[in-house]
Amino acid sequence: MKEKKISFQAFICISILLIFVIILENISMIFPSLPQIFAPTSPLFTVLKKAAVYSLVAVSMNLLNGFTGLFSLGQAGFMLLGAYTYAILTVPSAMKEQVYYLFGGCAFEFSLLDMFEGIFGSAGFGGAVSMILACLIAIILAGCVAGLFAYFIGIPVLRLKSDYLAIATLGFAEILRAIFQWQKLGKVTNGANMIKGFPTFSSFNITDASGNTVLRLSTFVPFLISALCILIIVLLIHSSYGRAFKAIRDDEVAAEAMGVSLFKHKMLSFVISSFFAGVGGALFAMYVANAQAKAFTSVMTYEILLIVVIGGIGSVSGSVIATFLYVACSEWWLRFLDSEQYVGAIKIPLLRNGFRMVVFSVVIMVIVLFFSQGIMGNREISIGALFKKRTPRAERKQ
Amino acid sequence: MANALRLENVTMQFGGVVSVNNLSLEVPEHQIIALIGPNGAGKTTAFNCITGVYQPTNGMIEFNGKPIVRNHPSGKSAKSYKGENADMYAKDAVLCPTPDQITGLGIARTFQNIRLWKSMTVFENVLIAKHQHADQNVFSATFRGNLSEEERMRNETMDLLVEQGLDAYKDDLAVSLPYGLQRRLEIARALATKPSLLLLDEPAAGMNPQETAELADFVRQIRDKYNLTVFLIEHHMDLVMNISDYIYVIDFGSEIARGIPKDIQNNRKVIDAYLGTVEDEE
Repeated sequence: MKEKKISFQAFICISILLIFVIILENISMIFPSLPQIFAPTSPLFTVLKKAAVYSLVAVSMNLLNGFTGLFSLGQAGFMLLGAYTYAILTVPSAMKEQVYYLFGGCAFEFSLLDMFEGIFGSAGFGGAVSMILACLIAIILAGCVAGLFAYFIGIPVLRLKSDYLAIATLGFAEILRAIFQWQKLGKVTNGANMIKGFPTFSSFNITDASGNTVLRLSTFVPFLISALCILIIVLLIHSSYGRAFKAIRDDEVAAEAMGVSLFKHKMLSFVISSFFAGVGGALFAMYVANAQAKAFTSVMTYEILLIVVIGGIGSVSGSVIATFLYVACSEWWLRFLDSEQYVGAIKIPLLRNGFRMVVFSVVIMVIVLFFSQGIMGNREISIGALFKKRTPRAERKQ
Repeated sequence: MANALRLENVTMQFGGVVSVNNLSLEVPEHQIIALIGPNGAGKTTAFNCITGVYQPTNGMIEFNGKPIVRNHPSGKSAKSYKGENADMYAKDAVLCPTPDQITGLGIARTFQNIRLWKSMTVFENVLIAKHQHADQNVFSATFRGNLSEEERMRNETMDLLVEQGLDAYKDDLAVSLPYGLQRRLEIARALATKPSLLLLDEPAAGMNPQETAELADFVRQIRDKYNLTVFLIEHHMDLVMNISDYIYVIDFGSEIARGIPKDIQNNRKVIDAYLGTVEDEE
């Protein structure tokens, strides 16, 4: 069957990508003489990790903005919920006193990590199992909390259309950020301070008894989780429900007249998108190794919106490609513009702290002006096409 | 003969404008009934009341003998209400289903200005109309637990496209079809929701006489094939007189005449309001 063949090909491609990431990550340990770029501290891995996290959030936003036609700007708010849920659930009890020292300890004594360590033990293999389980469950719960909030927010907000919906969701995200910074809730959210001490991506690196890293998995883990989540979103988009979402995007009135319940499907899309934004938020907390409301500003939403627009509204592969390009540009390739550089004895003019952002803005403006449909428009890179033997168009018609 | 659809005292008022005024009509099963009237007479508004796009200000709509829409003016609209029979339904519960619920009951419609999903292929356009009646939920659909159901939907869609002679275009974008075929696709899409009552909003708009004549046969054909009742709005008098079993004429929202085509053709009021101008043009 055609569908099965394509799924199989997708599975192979994702597996190859993940294996490639593991090799890339560990190659410097096998061949220490490789260039600096393969060292674990190089910007390459920072970019890969961050882009893996952002691509999930971008795809989740695309599901809402590009495939259902709901212009929502609440993504940072749902990420914040996810990040805090993950952080609060996984900080070990032993760390809580230290993290919440300003508020005299945490009101929420429960920790998933402790719970599983109680069952499987905290050392060796048992420790690994308990950490993986704790992280996995915390990430899923992070998504659920974001999804649940989206449901309650959606009841009033999804009656709004286009710009009004955007403003309402943006406002909701800002309110959430303010609430999480509220001192009165300090015993849970640690006020404006950051929560840290929970398992991060580097906790997944496998070490031997003496503490030396044997196998690095800190880039592999975000890739794995993101790839899985994006796969689920792609499956959803290609299902009967995905088609109904697209029908709503193209023509609400016709969709409703053909039996697609507007409220139900909009809500479904909003909740699912927020679920994955919550998962993305948890991953983001793991990436930066702390959870702090200050990080989830509307600027973050705009960043993701920009990625979605650059990638092409209505294209999952476009969003993923755009995320990697965007993050690489902002974190790595344009870094040199920020420091003073000399060619021989001559100082290159203009290069100074902050110049990167000027160039970056110009690049984005050029992209938006000349590729108004984004990199991919609403097309996709199809895995089937990569595997297919190229045949002339005339033959294909028959 | 039982009525598929019955409107009783339906009034639709927008602010101070009464678009549909105290309209009562009956659409018997398995017949083709036409609703005609000059531009702005409130025909499409009446359709929108039936399909749940608007909630009528007053009145009741029955489908297969069961009330599906019912409302009476209350609160602010009670004061500004200009129509009649305001308290006739005051005791009954208000019913205001959404358009998708109405479609679920078995009423499908087409639109005056074609509303196909533009970015989608002909096949997908019809396939989406199958979504509502599919036995699935979002989890089974995402994780492919509904493969047999999906297969069934695709087969039914394909059958429908073959029946409607659209199978050659199944992978083309809906907007790339010629105008007449877009109309036909819209009807095919409506049929995909498995209706027992089909509402056609100006199906012959923009068609040439040849296409119009074909359409008349086509409408009769689908009525017999799918055992439908057809209720249509139309401006082409040839078509209306040719296919209708019974005609209702409205002007300024109110009914001015009703009868079989022959009577309507000779009705003085109708000629004054509507047909007179048409005859002048000819």
